[in-house]
Amino acid sequence: MTKKEETTKTTYQLPIGPIHPALKEPVMFEFEIDGERIVDADVILGDIHRAIEWAGMRRNPIQIIYLAERICGICSISHPIAFIRAVENACDIGSPERAEYLRVIQAELERICSHMLWAGVAAHEIGFDSVLFLTWQMREKALDLTEYLTGNRITKGVMTIGGIRRDITKDQIPKINETLNYFKDNFEKLRHVFLDDKTFQLRSQGVGILTKEDALKLCAVGPTTRASGIKKDVRVDQPYFAYGDLDIDYITPDILTGEVNGDVYDRIIVRLLEVKQSIGLIEQCIDKMPEGDLVSEPKIPKLLAQIKKTKAEGIGRHEAPRGECVHYVKFNGDSEHPYTWKVRASTYANILPWIPMLKGEQIADIPIVAASTDPCMSCTNRVAIVDNDNHKKYELDKEQLHQLSVEKTRRLMR
Amino acid sequence: MRFSMILPVFKQMFKKPWTNKFPAKYQPSSTTKFLTDVEAGKAKLILPIETPEGFRGKITYDKEACIGCNLCIKVCPCGAIEAKPKEKKIKIYLSRCCFCSQCNDICPKDCLKMSNEFLLADTDPYSKDLIVE
Repeated sequence: MTKKEETTKTTYQLPIGPIHPALKEPVMFEFEIDGERIVDADVILGDIHRAIEWAGMRRNPIQIIYLAERICGICSISHPIAFIRAVENACDIGSPERAEYLRVIQAELERICSHMLWAGVAAHEIGFDSVLFLTWQMREKALDLTEYLTGNRITKGVMTIGGIRRDITKDQIPKINETLNYFKDNFEKLRHVFLDDKTFQLRSQGVGILTKEDALKLCAVGPTTRASGIKKDVRVDQPYFAYGDLDIDYITPDILTGEVNGDVYDRIIVRLLEVKQSIGLIEQCIDKMPEGDLVSEPKIPKLLAQIKKTKAEGIGRHEAPRGECVHYVKFNGDSEHPYTWKVRASTYANILPWIPMLKGEQIADIPIVAASTDPCMSCTNRVAIVDNDNHKKYELDKEQLHQLSVEKTRRLMR
Repeated sequence: MRFSMILPVFKQMFKKPWTNKFPAKYQPSSTTKFLTDVEAGKAKLILPIETPEGFRGKITYDKEACIGCNLCIKVCPCGAIEAKPKEKKIKIYLSRCCFCSQCNDICPKDCLKMSNEFLLADTDPYSKDLIVE
């Protein structure tokens, strides 16, 4: 009897992370791969513990605002907003009406910056770098406006407990209008490139689908869940600041296309429409903004003394560009340092939806699908692949993975 | 639509680059030598883009006006300010400063201000330029 060589088909494992380009935060993926198809995906978290909450427990709330700003460079308004809402909730501090409107302007300006940044990154992930530069060129205008209004491009440092630190004066309004008009004029160009271009359609339609049921079950937040057709937005559900006075509604992809697929294409639509919505919100705020004080309590030592006496807990929610961001603060009544500070950033809720999105996709789709939830991360990229059959180990680095993605785009274009 | 980006890319090719080539068109091999050349009038310095109004740069400190209340130390998020209890004055380490200007807000005598200066790179975190006192 001759020995017959048998071949058996098995799946192999592909670990991605903890350090990786599409995942800008250290997070580890383990994929079960069958040829090019992803059979199963697993996410392992906990590689980036910076002890920010611990550091915050040794500082007073005024100092924590600046620490919260540094949780995420892109959400540098959203985290302070959620934190000051938590402190205001716990200590029963109100804020003047003008400050509420100014806070909305700052938050929406950040949303424009963040969504533009994401659009550029998404284009880069599918190998369409000219669009990356087109969107970031436009984003530059938003950053210039941010610098003009707050004094800095990224860490704005304008939020404070019980109000806002910087006013928008009458002579600043023409520049705001000019930038907003620039966005309105160029929005059509951006929409045309992202939604009508065949490259984008090929790479994003039907890719990374998150069904409505999965999104509900896994508690996805922000544009990720709205792209799946779920009407969930803190600004509309529980209006805070001046959002209650403004004309704002849920953005779902069916507004534009009339159908909800929950794929990457729908997430692009939602984010682009939200940029348009944010422009509208800023304009409404400028029109409706009343005159008045900027802070309810200008004397910071008095404010700190009030916080020191407080024995309460508070929760602050804010619709960050990536979704709902929650801060929890507890004061013990014997110190101005919080007894506990807990941050739940929006990306955390968008991690589990990755698994149903990635199942059934190709390896080359990992970057765009992972980036489609706008994970809030810092990037480098290394992937190790272990070949089970001959125990040979080799690596697939950032460039190669990016190359795979670019090649797929080219293949589809042919 | 297949090539939606062709036209913008071609247009871009004939545009002037937006970059402000600070401090010179080509990177000088020695910055120190370049600066002495500028002082002697041999080379021309390309100025940086102007900072906007309300920019938060290097802190200026009016020592005479300071009463040593130490409130700025209480709110500084990064512990960049040190008290000098004997003189009742303060010392600011700019290498730790995060330029939030919170100390400016709390100062009862308005002796701290943010200036426009932003060229603060230095090899030594304790160099003279980076300590305000």
